[in-house]
Amino acid sequence: MAKNADRITELRVEGITKRFPGTLACDAISLRVGEGEALALVGENGAGKTTLMNILMGLYQPDEGKIFINGSPVRFRTPNDAYAAGIGMVHQHFMLVPNMTVAENVALGSAELRGRFRLNLGAARARIRQISERYGLAVLPDAYVWQLSVGEQQRVELVKTLCFGAKFLILDEPTSALTPQETDELIALLSRMTADMPLIFISHKLAEVKALSNKVTILRAGRVAFSGDTADHSSADLAALMTGHEVKLPCNECADGCGETLLAVRDLKVRSDRGHYALDGASLEVRAGEILGLAGVSGNGQRELADALAGLRSAESGSIALAGTELSGLAPRQIIGAGMGYIPEDRQTEGIVPSFSVSENLTLKDFASPRFAAGPFLRLKAADANAAELKKRYDIRCPSTATPAGSLSGGNIQKVILARELARGPKALVAVYPTRGLDMGAEEFIHKRLLELRCEGVAVLLISEELDELMNLSDRIAVIYKGRILATIPAQEATRARLGALMAGLREEEGATA
Amino acid sequence: MNLLLVLQNILAIGVPFSVALLLAALGEMFNQRAGVFNLGCEGIMAMGAFLGFLPSFLLKGGALAPWAPAIGIACAALAGVLLGLLFGLVTVSFRAPQGIAGIGLQMLGWGTAGTLSRHFVGGVTGIPGIDAWPIPGLSKIPFLGPILFSMTPFGYFGFLMVPISWYVLFKTPWGLKVRAVGTHPRAADTMGTNVARTRYQALMLGGAMAGLAGAYLSLAQAKMFADDIVAGRGFIAVALVYFGRWHPLYILGGSLLFSIAQSFQLAIQVLGIDFPYEFAVMLPYVLVILVLAFAKNSRLRGPAELGKPYNREKRV
Ligand SMILES: Nc1ncnc2c1ncn2[C@@H]1O[C@H](COP(=O)(O)OP(=O)(O)O)[C@@H](O)[C@H]1O
Ligand SMILES: [Mg+2]
Repeated sequence: MAKNADRITELRVEGITKRFPGTLACDAISLRVGEGEALALVGENGAGKTTLMNILMGLYQPDEGKIFINGSPVRFRTPNDAYAAGIGMVHQHFMLVPNMTVAENVALGSAELRGRFRLNLGAARARIRQISERYGLAVLPDAYVWQLSVGEQQRVELVKTLCFGAKFLILDEPTSALTPQETDELIALLSRMTADMPLIFISHKLAEVKALSNKVTILRAGRVAFSGDTADHSSADLAALMTGHEVKLPCNECADGCGETLLAVRDLKVRSDRGHYALDGASLEVRAGEILGLAGVSGNGQRELADALAGLRSAESGSIALAGTELSGLAPRQIIGAGMGYIPEDRQTEGIVPSFSVSENLTLKDFASPRFAAGPFLRLKAADANAAELKKRYDIRCPSTATPAGSLSGGNIQKVILARELARGPKALVAVYPTRGLDMGAEEFIHKRLLELRCEGVAVLLISEELDELMNLSDRIAVIYKGRILATIPAQEATRARLGALMAGLREEEGATA
Repeated sequence: MNLLLVLQNILAIGVPFSVALLLAALGEMFNQRAGVFNLGCEGIMAMGAFLGFLPSFLLKGGALAPWAPAIGIACAALAGVLLGLLFGLVTVSFRAPQGIAGIGLQMLGWGTAGTLSRHFVGGVTGIPGIDAWPIPGLSKIPFLGPILFSMTPFGYFGFLMVPISWYVLFKTPWGLKVRAVGTHPRAADTMGTNVARTRYQALMLGGAMAGLAGAYLSLAQAKMFADDIVAGRGFIAVALVYFGRWHPLYILGGSLLFSIAQSFQLAIQVLGIDFPYEFAVMLPYVLVILVLAFAKNSRLRGPAELGKPYNREKRV
C-alpha cells in the first residue's frame, strides 16, 4: 500500500471531474508527477487549479476519476487520508489558526506530536526546530500566528506541512502575497527540495514557473490545455497557451496628456488601527490624464492612505481635494458623489458583497439613483440590463448575472469591481494592488482599462508593489516610506534598483524631482 | 449593626447564587469556543431543573429516597447531553441558523419541563434536596469559612470546574481542537480535525453542564420546581460568556460580580435601606450591559467563526 512507502515516486490522476452547481470546475483532468520533478500548474483564475488540488488533498470529493500513488489507486475521504499517504499542501489562503502559536498549530495536525490527554508541545517544538534547521526556514515555535507577517506565515505553512511528514508537496499560489525578495528565497528553497520530494507548484508568474519547474501543465476552463517540458517553451509561449491568445502587457506609451491637478493630498496624517501615525504628513498630486504610481513595501501607510481617500478612515489633519472639493471629513457616500472611484485592496470583503448577485454588486453605488430606483422601489429590470451590458463589455465570466458575486474567481470579481467603478465615469480612481493574485489575462485586461482611463483624462492613483506594473503604467512614480512620500520621479527615470533603494528608505542625494 | 457581618452575609448568599450561572456559562464557553452559539441554554437548564427534581419527588419517603438527588443529577446531565446532541443535529449537521435554533431549543426545554411538571407533579412541592456540606475545619475560618467552605457539593464542583475548564481548553489536545474549529474550521479540517465531531462533543459537554446548572437550581438552591425556576439565568450565562471573553477566569469573575450584585440588591430590600429597590434589582443587569458595551475592544477576541456553520465543499 502506498501509505507505507518511504518516498512517493509517482503521483498520477486520471480523468478527474468535479462539478459545482452551475460550473464544471474540473473536466476529465489527467496529470502525472514523477520522482525529482516539479510540476508547474498554471492557468487563468477559475481554471480549476485549486479545485483539483483540494481533491488531491481529500477536501473535495471528485465526481469522477482516480488518483494513483506509486501506481496503486488511493481514495481520500478526508484530508487526514491524504496526510497519511504523505501528501502535504500549502493552501492559497493560509490554513493556520491565528490565535494559536506555531507549535499549537503543528500539534493540532499531528496526533503523535501532541500527546493524548495532556497537550505536550515539546514534541511539536522539537519537530519544528528539526525541520527549520534542515531546510533553513527560520520559524519561532512559540510566536502567535497573528503576530507574524504574511511572509513569515507562509514559512510557517511550509514548515507545518513538512512537520506532518509530507513526501509530496502541493503549493497553491504560495508567492502571491510575498515580496519580491521573499519570493526569490522561496523559489530557491523549493528548487533544493525537489531532490527530496516531488512537488506541484501553482503560480501566475511565468518567471517563477521557468525558474522552478521542469514540467508544466496548463489548465483552461477545467481542462488540460497543454502539458510539456518547461525548458522547451518560452514565457511568451506559455502565456499564449494559457490565455488562448498572445499576451502583451500594455505600456504607457501615448504622449504626455496630463492636465491640471485633479486629486491633491496635502500633509495628511492618519492613524493606523494600532494607533500610531501610519500616514505622517504625506502629500501627493495626481493630474488629469495621469497615472501616478505609488511604490512601497506594503505596510508603509498605503492601506491608510487608500482608506482616507475613500472616506473609510478619518484624517487627523491635512487635506484631500478632488477637483477643488475638499473631501476630508466627508462620508463615503459624498466622496463617491464627488467623483471618486475606488478599487480596494481586499476585493472579497471591501470590493463586493459576496452574497449579493453580480447584478446587485454592479449597482451597489447607484441603487438609489433614478436610473435604478423609482422612489423607494428598485428597478430590477434596469439593474439587470445594466449588468448584462457590463458583463459583455468587461468580459465578466459568470454563469449568469444572478450568481452570487462571491462565488466568482478572483479575476472576475475584480472585473465586476472595475466595471462598477469605471461605468460611473469617475474623475479620479484609486486602485489598490489591482492585479494582486490575478492571472496574466486578467492583468492585461486591467492594465488596458487603466490606460484607457488615463487617455480619457481621469486621474489615476495606482498603489502597487509590483515594480514592473508601476514602471509600465505610470507617468510618475511616488515612493512611500513610513507614512511619507520619500520621492516622486518620472517613470522614464525609474529603474528597479532606484525604486528598490527608495522603497528601503534610502533618501537620494539630489532629492526628488517632484 | 456590624458592617462586616452584613458583608459576610451578602457574600455568603451571593457566592452560591453564582454556581448555576458559572456551570452554565462554562458549558456555553465550550460551545462558543467550538463556534456554536447555543441560546437554548435556558431550555436545557429548565429540563435539568425538572429532571433533577423529579426523582426526589417521586421517591419521597421510599427506600430509594437517599439516592434520589444522585439519580436526579445523572438524569439532568444526561438530558443536557441529549439536548446538546439535538442542537448539534440541527445546527452542525443541518446547518440551521443558530440563533433561531437556540430560541427553539429554549422553548422546547422550557415547555417540556413545564408540561411534564404539571402532569407528574401538579402544584409546587418542596423536596429535601441537597444541603450544604461544610468542610470540617475550613468552614470555621472567620469570615471566609461560611462563604467559601459551607457550600453544597454543587458549589465545590462549580468552582472546581473553573481550573478544570481552563486546563481542558488550553492544555489538552481536545481543547486545542475546540479552539481551532471555532476560529478557523477549514484550517482545522485541512489538518485532520473532524470539525463536526468536535462541535458535537463540545455541545454535549455544554449541554451536560447546563443540565447540571438546572439541577442545582431545583435540588440545592430552591429545593422545589416551578416552571419559571430558571428565570433567564440561561440567557445571562450566554451574556457572561461574552462578558468573560471566552475565558474561564473572567467568566468566574462575571458570575461572581453578577450574583453578588443580586445578593446586594436583596440585602438592600431586606435591611430596608432607603433606596428605590427597583433600581437595586436593575443593578446586576445594568452591570452586565455596561461591561459588554465596554469590553468590545478587548484584545482577547472571541472565536472568529462563532455562529457560522461549516461546509467543507463551500467556497471560502
Ligand atoms: N466550493 C465551490 N463551490 C462552487 N463553485 C466553486 C467552488 N470552488 C470553486 N468553484 C468554481 O470552480 C471554478 C474553478 O475554481 P478554482 O479551482 O478556485 O480555480 P483556480 O484555482 O484555478 O483559480 C471556478 O469557476 C469557481 O467559481
Ligand atoms: Mg486558486
